[in-house]
Amino acid sequence: MYNGGKIIAGLVIFFGLLTVPFFINAVKPTSGANPSIDTPVINSLDTKECVKPADYMRIEHMKVLDEWRDEVVRDGDRKTIHVGGKDFQKSLQNGCMECHSNKKQFCDECHKYAGVKPYCWSCHFVKEEGRI
Amino acid sequence: MSVDRRKFLKIAGLASLGLALNPSDFILMSPAEASSGKSLPSSGERLGMTIDVRKFKNDADYQRIIDACHSIHNVPTLIPEKNDIKNEVKWIWTDTYGHTFPEQINEYHPQDIKSKKFPLLCNHCDHPPCVRVCPTKATFKSKNGIVSQDPHRCIGCRFCMAACPYGSRSFNWVDPRPYIAKRDPSFPTRTMGVVEKCTFCVERLAKGLQPACVEVSKGAMVFGNLADAHSKLRRVLSTHYTLRRKPAVGTMPSVFYVIGGQDYAG
Repeated sequence: MYNGGKIIAGLVIFFGLLTVPFFINAVKPTSGANPSIDTPVINSLDTKECVKPADYMRIEHMKVLDEWRDEVVRDGDRKTIHVGGKDFQKSLQNGCMECHSNKKQFCDECHKYAGVKPYCWSCHFVKEEGRI
Repeated sequence: MSVDRRKFLKIAGLASLGLALNPSDFILMSPAEASSGKSLPSSGERLGMTIDVRKFKNDADYQRIIDACHSIHNVPTLIPEKNDIKNEVKWIWTDTYGHTFPEQINEYHPQDIKSKKFPLLCNHCDHPPCVRVCPTKATFKSKNGIVSQDPHRCIGCRFCMAACPYGSRSFNWVDPRPYIAKRDPSFPTRTMGVVEKCTFCVERLAKGLQPACVEVSKGAMVFGNLADAHSKLRRVLSTHYTLRRKPAVGTMPSVFYVIGGQDYAG
């Protein structure tokens, strides 16, 4: 191979540069996502219980919202969900956000960390935003 | 199974013969069918409304129902004179007699009718052309007769706007949020690129309330179940002469207008 040393050195440098973001992120300290449930409504609850267990909601909340959306918008089925002595509306704005009023610390915290940009917020909003 | 050329031509010939013999499947509704009132429901739920225009005396009467609707549904105020006219978003608006009932004009109408404004909104038709053309089923006919919309599915193709004979639909050409003076936190806004219109206040009906416009209309608008012969709505319809918009297109609106004259029954 002509100029073998140079080519191999070049390849090593090239792949080194290509993979440098992975190495940086591998050693960079990260705090992860810490969604907060510190809101006045949640703090005032005796039993802090969501419509489904937290573990399930963490992974599947988008599916829950999707099902609610179809039931309410398409079938007109607005039956509330009774959990822990409280009735929850099947609604992002009038259900979820009633308790989780801290969108920045609750929703955005994980969405940012996971690098997802759900377009819920191009129409739905939290009360504070609406007052602007 | 393979279809050879000869067989294909036979099938195609039969199919076109069938089409020639019975073209009715491809027509929205024949004029006779449209005017016969054939689809008058006798059971179930078929929500509708009467608008007694005699009871709209001044601009404030119109503005009150428009504001009641637009404020709770976060409808942006894009003023046609100030902003691009196509940007206007409206759920309830007004227009002249000639534009409201273009097929029902004559030059001898009373002057007050000719110069009167008519409150307009989605007619929630029995045969909604908007529903027929929507490629994503974002707009659909609910069981109770409401022509509903699911903005999540709207791809902004505006077929429904072209199909609607009443101009009831508005497209969000711009982000509506900067044009909403005060947002109602219990209702979402819309986003740029979707179509919106009156929903007959489906979210209020679910709570047992009347539509917002009806509530503030001081009795000028009556909302109810067309399928219930004993409803207040049917009483108004059976005791007043009413018009529907553009009957010839066969969409069968469920919004009826009491135009003029005296009440001839209590």
